[in-house]
Order: sequence, then C-alpha cells, then structure tokens
Amino acid sequence: MTVQIAQRLDARNLSCPMPIVKTAIAIKALVSGELLEVLATDKGSVKDFAAWSRTTGNELVESTSEGPVFRFLLRKK
Amino acid sequence: MTTTARPEIPGAFSREDYAAAPIIEPKPARAPERRTKTNSLILIAESGDLEKTWATTILASSAAASGMDVTIFFTFWGFMALVKPEKRTFGETWMQKMLSVMNRPGIDHLKLSRLNFAGMGPWMMGKLAKENGIAKPGELLEMAIALGVTILPCQMSMDMFGLKREDLIEGVGEPVGAATVLAMIADGTPALFL
Repeated sequence: MTVQIAQRLDARNLSCPMPIVKTAIAIKALVSGELLEVLATDKGSVKDFAAWSRTTGNELVESTSEGPVFRFLLRKK
Repeated sequence: MTTTARPEIPGAFSREDYAAAPIIEPKPARAPERRTKTNSLILIAESGDLEKTWATTILASSAAASGMDVTIFFTFWGFMALVKPEKRTFGETWMQKMLSVMNRPGIDHLKLSRLNFAGMGPWMMGKLAKENGIAKPGELLEMAIALGVTILPCQMSMDMFGLKREDLIEGVGEPVGAATVLAMIADGTPALFL
C-alpha cells in the first residue's frame, strides 16, 4: 500500500516556533484523515512535533531523520 | 534574674484588656475550589520592549498552533506594536505627536529594554535572528492572527495616545477595557503580563 501525501511543508532552516506554527496553518487546509509531510531542521522539532500531536490530537504517523533533516508525517484528526 | 518592669505606654493595651477580649475562633479552612481546566491563555502585552514582544508573539503563535484559545491585550507601550509600521507619527495634540516622534510606533521599530545602544542592539538581534531562521515579532504576530488569536487593543491607551482604528494593523479586534480582560481571568483563563 502506498501512502498518499496530501500536502508537503518545507520548514527547513526555520527555528522554533515556526515549524509548528506553519504546520498548524497547513493542516487547516486538509480534511480529516489526510496526510501532511513536514521537513524541518530545528533540533527541538522532534520533541515539539510529538507534543503538538498529543495536544492537538493530530496523529504523528512517522518521525524520521535523514542527516540534519527531520521528517514528520501527520494525519489530520 | 530580675525582670525589669516595662515602662507604661500611654494608651497601650494592658494584660487585663487582653484577658477580657473575646476569643475569636478561627474559621475552618475552606476547601480549595476545583478549577476547571481551561485551554485558553491571555497575554497582557504592556512593556512594548522588543524582547518581551518577541516572547509574547512566540507564546501566542505556539499556543494557537497547539489549539489553545489565545487572546493578547495590548496596552500602554505594548500598544505601539499594533500601530501600522509605516505610520511615522500619530496623535491629535502636540503632546501626543511629540510622544510618537520620540517613540516610533510599529512592531518593526521596538527597542530592547537592555543593550539597546541607540538601535545597535535590535539591529544585531535582527541579524542573528535572520541567520538562525528565527521569525521576527512582526511575522509571528501575523501568524498568530492567521491562527485565530484574538487581538484586543486597550481603549484607554488608544485614547491616551490619540490613535484611531485606521492607524492600527489589520486583524485587530474591537478596543476593550480592563474589565473585559479581568472577566476572562475570573472565568479561569491564565494570564501572563509581559
């Protein structure tokens, strides 16, 4: 099964709180169940995205990293 | 050891007065009321200092991004952040006009409370922020408004500075007074004074 990503967000080279803020704005445009992929380089974002997922109820499907880039896959609540 | 008699103080209570005084029973401690959990936050932006306004806009945008119901009340020097940055002067009277010349309004023209050095400090902060991908207060306030943060201008500050609604940035709500903010706090919303 391939995962259909509805929207991509490049939050690389952005510092706290911008990755989360831009994610919150981007996810507004999606419908429930759709996936959002976010790329970030902010070192705090690994914990921030996990916390954000808990507080907002949007599921953090994947949290991976490739070199200095972190990739988050979120499913809209 | 002998105890020396204390000198009489005119009008002071004597031992007998104390003995005759009624004993007041302490009231039983009231059980603390259970506060309902709120998912809201009020930020009172008072200082207008660059670093505090930065903190205000970071907190507001992050809280709104996390689904919190956020309100910022802009008052006194904090109010300057709501004036359009391109607005050079404001006010009706000479005093208000002079104040605006001495204190350039707009979120892009805020000063640091420490190490301002006639603008050198903010310039260096801005440069460091840019190099590190840190958004400036103006951009963060825009984001906060886009995320539905309620911006409340203080009516009193507006009158004092001689500002009109058209002098303010877009996305600003109706001007209110302290009672509105206090009513929200009374309902259990935590408030931060910055």
